[in-house]
Amino acid sequence: MATRRTAERLDVDALVDDPHTKILVCCGSGGVGKTTAAAAMALRAADRGRRVVVLTIDPARRLAQSLGLVDLDNTPRPVIGVHTASAGSLDAMMLDMKRTFDDVVLAHSTPDKAQQILANPFYQALSTSFAGTQEYMAMEKLGQLRAQADREGRWDLIVVDTPPSRSALDFLDAPNRLGLFLDGRFIRLISAPARASGRVYLKVLGAGIGMASTVLTKVLGGQMLSDVQTFVAALDSMFGGFRERADLTYGLLKDRGTAFVVVATPERDALREAAFFVERLAADDMPLAGVVVNRLQRLAVPELSRGRALAGAELIGIPEEAQEGAGSPDEAGSPSTAEDPPGRGNAAAALAAGLLTVHASLAELAARQDRATTAFSAGHPGVPMVRVPALSHDVHDLESLREVGHALASS
Amino acid sequence: MTTPPSPVRGSSRPAQSWPGARLHVVTGKGGTGKTTVAAALAVALAAQGQRVLLAEVEGRQGISQTLDVAPLAPVERRVLSTARGGEVIGLAVDAKAALLEYLQIFYRLGRAGGALERVGAIDFATTIAPGVRDVLLIGKVFEANRRPLDPADKHRRGPRMYDAVVLDAPPTGRVVHFLSVNAEVAGLAKVGPIRSQADSITRLLTSSQTVVHLVTLLEEMPVQETLDAIDELAKGGFRVGAVVVNQVRDQVLPDWAVEELLDERVDTAALATPLARSGLRLDPTAVAGLLAEARGHAERVALEAEQLALVEDTGRPVLLLPYLSDGVDSTAVAELAEILTDQGMV
Repeated sequence: MATRRTAERLDVDALVDDPHTKILVCCGSGGVGKTTAAAAMALRAADRGRRVVVLTIDPARRLAQSLGLVDLDNTPRPVIGVHTASAGSLDAMMLDMKRTFDDVVLAHSTPDKAQQILANPFYQALSTSFAGTQEYMAMEKLGQLRAQADREGRWDLIVVDTPPSRSALDFLDAPNRLGLFLDGRFIRLISAPARASGRVYLKVLGAGIGMASTVLTKVLGGQMLSDVQTFVAALDSMFGGFRERADLTYGLLKDRGTAFVVVATPERDALREAAFFVERLAADDMPLAGVVVNRLQRLAVPELSRGRALAGAELIGIPEEAQEGAGSPDEAGSPSTAEDPPGRGNAAAALAAGLLTVHASLAELAARQDRATTAFSAGHPGVPMVRVPALSHDVHDLESLREVGHALASS
Repeated sequence: MTTPPSPVRGSSRPAQSWPGARLHVVTGKGGTGKTTVAAALAVALAAQGQRVLLAEVEGRQGISQTLDVAPLAPVERRVLSTARGGEVIGLAVDAKAALLEYLQIFYRLGRAGGALERVGAIDFATTIAPGVRDVLLIGKVFEANRRPLDPADKHRRGPRMYDAVVLDAPPTGRVVHFLSVNAEVAGLAKVGPIRSQADSITRLLTSSQTVVHLVTLLEEMPVQETLDAIDELAKGGFRVGAVVVNQVRDQVLPDWAVEELLDERVDTAALATPLARSGLRLDPTAVAGLLAEARGHAERVALEAEQLALVEDTGRPVLLLPYLSDGVDSTAVAELAEILTDQGMV
């Protein structure tokens, strides 16, 4: 069978225009432009007539400002400047994980119990620092936004960014893990060690338990254990709820209205992470829309090869005096000759050779990125992909974000 | 490509090595190459004949990928040895293994360990309980750092097992939290062995034995995160070491040419004669294309110089590592290690 040289193209416009697309999840490893891609796709969808809400997680300051996000208030706010002719709209928010967790507690317990939970030191640590809380709360917030969308009809597309996890897959597992834990037998065990029912556990689980809880008391210290117990007791009413919600969110991710977009840069490491992701999504039966390969080097003169450009530069020859200030400077030496460029003829020759050398280095970079990307496609045939050129500047306002969206859709 | 190229302009002050430091914590924004730099630092120390532990805590097998060795188990294993008798021992710290080992050491748990596992207590401690996971990860590094060479040396009077420990730490966004987690746990657990261990770890991390290095690229976001992290680390009482600027690319054009391009005052007509000598028969469109590429390059050079100035303003020693066009493998790491050494990192 012949190897497929090029992957099917990921058509971002078709994806956001499809009314069946209800949720877009942007994922990928850290530093690949995931949050920006999420915001850009959301803006593009809104400009094209969708009523969109985008959930960002820890956006860069300038990106947040571009969206008009000033406060971390955990509530979607309208973004001003969406193309209104299309009847679309865009709301944006930043995730506040502690607040989201607090809201869950408040919504699912009586005011008394809620206060008890919120004041518990164990809860406070759990809601701010538990590795995985951010992932869980991102998914929780997604569930809330979806419910609100169904209820109020304010949005017909939800775009979510994913947390920069230690592993790119954490957010898929975190809800289930926390849910499993919160109604697991361990937490019931430590929540009731002194109760009579403890004996039942002893019988069921065997004699190891006695030892286990003794050890726990020793290791954690009695006070921390009692904080956990108080917390769990107060949380009792929410047990089933947590598990159920985790299951619901997980189900939402598998829904046919959901589309995952994996973002990567055209480097070996980022593409390796993307590969893990693509494989995991497939294994979990999650709907993958495709891969965005971001920040590709584009050439203005693609027909000129690296080798020919270098040979041409050599033929031009670089006059000695014009070379100063380039390459590696000596530590103490005069670093710059910017004030006194060489004579006219020499300067033109040096610049001409320089243009070709710059082109050669860009061509080399582009070729390497192309190899890495092609290797990824070969390993994952049938995964749609879009290759997006690098922008010369960071996103600093809505217009530059729109440019990113344009690049995503038209590359 | 072994020379650290511009936009350096001779500005990289040689860093002094770090008197008294044994634990080198390496952090950086995701994608800046902190694992590569951590590996290079470990190799540089080993090249001086030291026995170095290189530990990762994120479960990503970054060391194995960077140094081209088989995936690391949560046990220490030699991954490299050097001519002068130095070696690098790799370890992928795993919270679960660390906890079971910890329980074994302190409580001589036999069957109870299995029981804890069965009821989910181990999962609880390593994935759910706030901060405990990070405490365990650091705890393992702490233990390795002070382990005596001779197991019978109970009072730790003799030499230690490792001359230095290099920790490939979580990224800048999480590192201060990661390093401060013991203080937090100390707040939750007011008594007990966890508390006392947390306290001694905090003492090590905030002592002069520990130094935190930051890895960045000359781009806006990583530099901003680096500046923020330096502030936060200093506030948290941690000793900040060097800023390692990674993937510095050659400046192909001389400075005057960069300025001409940025100011758009290139005499395009004058280029015709020398370009004709290239024998490439470039039409005006192609020449315009080359100029556009060169302008893009000049913009990047200018932006990088700006970012470098910000990094230097921190007053921290700044080291520069070149961009390696063939990607990173064990040969490249050795090359980077030499460059770090030349710039006074070790």
